[in-house]
Amino acid sequence: MIHTTIDQVGIEERVARLATRSIKTSAKLAGLKLALSMIDLTTLEGADSAGKVRAMCTKARYPLPGNSDIPSVAAVCVYPNFIAEAKRQLTGTDIKIASVATGFPSGQYPLSIKLTDVRSAVQLGADEIDMVIDRGAFLSGHYRKVGDEIAKVKEACGPAHLKVILETGELGTYDNVRKASWLAMEMGADFIKTSTGKISPAATRPVTLVMLEAIRDFWYETGKMIGMKPAGGIREAKEALRYLVMVKETLGDMWLNKDYFRFGASTLTNDLLMQIMKEMKGNYQAGEYFTID
Amino acid sequence: MSSAVSLQISKPIQFFTSEYALLRNMPVCAVRIILSPPYEFMTKQQKVTQPHLEVVKTRQLLFGDLWDYAPSLEKPDHVKLKKHYDLFIDGKFVPAKSGKTFKTINPANENVLATVSEAGEADVDHAVKAARRAYEKVWSKMKPTERAKYIYRIARMIQEKARELAIIETMDGGKPIRESRDIDLPLSAAHFFYYAGWADKLEYAFPGRQAKSLGVAGQIIPWNFPLLMASWKIAPALACGNTVVLKPSETTPLTSLHLAEIIQEADLPPGVVNIVPGFGKTGAMIVNHADVNKIAFTGSTEVGKIIHKAVAGTQKHLTLELGGKAANIIFEDAPIDQAIEGIINGIYFNQGHVCCAGSRLFVQEGIYETVIRKLEDRLQTLRVGDPLDKNTDVGAINSREQLGKICELVESGVAEGAKLHQTNCSLPEKGFWFKPSFFTDVAQSHRIAREEIFGPVLSILTFRTPEEVIEKANNTPYGLSAGVWTDKGSKIFKIVNKMRAGVVWANTFNQFDPSSPFGGYKESGFGREGGLHGLKAYVELI
Repeated sequence: MIHTTIDQVGIEERVARLATRSIKTSAKLAGLKLALSMIDLTTLEGADSAGKVRAMCTKARYPLPGNSDIPSVAAVCVYPNFIAEAKRQLTGTDIKIASVATGFPSGQYPLSIKLTDVRSAVQLGADEIDMVIDRGAFLSGHYRKVGDEIAKVKEACGPAHLKVILETGELGTYDNVRKASWLAMEMGADFIKTSTGKISPAATRPVTLVMLEAIRDFWYETGKMIGMKPAGGIREAKEALRYLVMVKETLGDMWLNKDYFRFGASTLTNDLLMQIMKEMKGNYQAGEYFTID
Repeated sequence: MSSAVSLQISKPIQFFTSEYALLRNMPVCAVRIILSPPYEFMTKQQKVTQPHLEVVKTRQLLFGDLWDYAPSLEKPDHVKLKKHYDLFIDGKFVPAKSGKTFKTINPANENVLATVSEAGEADVDHAVKAARRAYEKVWSKMKPTERAKYIYRIARMIQEKARELAIIETMDGGKPIRESRDIDLPLSAAHFFYYAGWADKLEYAFPGRQAKSLGVAGQIIPWNFPLLMASWKIAPALACGNTVVLKPSETTPLTSLHLAEIIQEADLPPGVVNIVPGFGKTGAMIVNHADVNKIAFTGSTEVGKIIHKAVAGTQKHLTLELGGKAANIIFEDAPIDQAIEGIINGIYFNQGHVCCAGSRLFVQEGIYETVIRKLEDRLQTLRVGDPLDKNTDVGAINSREQLGKICELVESGVAEGAKLHQTNCSLPEKGFWFKPSFFTDVAQSHRIAREEIFGPVLSILTFRTPEEVIEKANNTPYGLSAGVWTDKGSKIFKIVNKMRAGVVWANTFNQFDPSSPFGGYKESGFGREGGLHGLKAYVELI
């Protein structure tokens, strides 16, 4: 393993530097479309209902009705109760169904319940499982417990892809983010993901860069490509492009697709659509032209 | 190769290959099969155990054009470049008495930007006389609070015209607009602001002593940071009550002359600042002028030595800021990804035209392979090209002459046995360009490890222990700067105290601030610029 620490000042400087990239004209339009195709359209509310999920699935398929060159999003992300509904809506499309599991968002449940949660989600038809790590155990240094849980969840996932949510907003330091990333990758994560969206701060660019660099080092060591998913707090198209710049200049072209990079977001979709239309038509359209689902 | 051997290699290759690469038929890694002894001479047992794979080229990340940045040019349309620039003497723009002019070009495309009057003996004399008169009659007698106001005004006007000046700096010198916009210009203004603050507080700078101005300061500046070097020199000189005759480099005179316009607009009394463009011989005329009290020079060690000899035995004060061959030291416990950025910033910043560039990299052996691999990948992401493109990281080499020097030293490195690594980028056809490069397998005795290349070329050496690296790092005639990378605080203090270098950066590199002194040990010069220490070079303490 490439053991390394993270210098806070250095990583933040690098992020600021990458944010000065000027993305214009054709690069902007291509970037916006790429970002849209990488979205995990998410609803994770206590008030979620089948109706809400149905509406979101329609949005996922046709983000901008009547525009055939606008890509659909990568996946929808729902609570286990709505996997079946999402499945009904999305059968026949290549949009994946992601479900949170393992006692989301806290992860403070016995392992047996977490595993049951995962198995049932997979049985209901989830293609991807977004698990949370036990941050309490991680912060008290019980890395083996955290690692074992990830490995067991991975086993329970069977064919489903596993995204491991580190909840970086609770980890406190970049060093911890790096450590947790490495642990998750070694224990079988297919993706590592920043946040549940329930804790502030959620995804930040410096945290994402730390994770992208960990993914790179893991690839150097093993040749295995791990995906990255920043989630929560990314609301603007401009911000999404800054994330893509980080991916492009850290991991390169191999990661610039929805198989290896995702945005966990909901409101971001409409801003991307608005900016795409602006690039295509030359002027901004009113918010009312974009559906709120 | 026998089929028995290919059976041996099938598994490891699977292990090293990523699914993505296989699908796209990309090269993943190159391997060499080592047979010892040759296959036909092996015993049966050896045939099973002996052949092994050696990775001769590791998998590399793919930095292609899947999502390429479109050109994003900082448009020079609004910049008012004149066709011809005159000397600035005694508050007025005047042609050279000889009528001589020279051309200044854009090194990125070799287009002529303007012609510039070349100062000769009579012009330098005229400038020194004007400076003397302004010193005696006005500037040295002015209340320090009033002097400060003028300096503040210059700072504010630099800020107001920052965008225009940044574009001119980039066109005349070849540096990326991102750097002139984000570094040169803000720092230039910051130096004037900083020293404006000192003008009426000199008695606090030197408690118990009286600080007296020196008189006329002759200042000769290089082409790597034209406006910034002018600011480093002019601001403290004015704050301390001196007047100035400044010679910018022949390849980058334009921003100094635009600064002259600002100075004129700021209504600075005539003669307080005079700007006399020219070549080395104009510089020599300033150095040898009998009525100059102080020489401040930034440039090569070679010229510095000539100047040092020239002022010997005169009353002239002297400060020299000369070349460097900084050691950038990476320990095993360093934050590696940030250190990689520090290495990149240390050597490729401003095309390596930086006297304090981290041009000798010392990597502790335990992380050597990791660092080289990361550097190779990082090098591919450097964007080389049009300096006016906001996404350009590395611009044009400042002049044909400098490009020749870089090429000559790089050739010597290859000839002496070091291994050259370069980016795959393509270079523009016109103009002066050099691919960002680094050398591995460098020995202390190679020229590329001893001499200042002053270009985007890094020499990488290794070490095993702190004692070894201290000895190697100090084993150079230069001593301008150094860098240390480790997560361990105690190690930082131990190493920095043993570095014979004027500036030592810890876990960062190439950081500048007007409040921080800058200057060298040994053949990197003497005297300090910036900070409280920078005042001392422009006063006599009584």
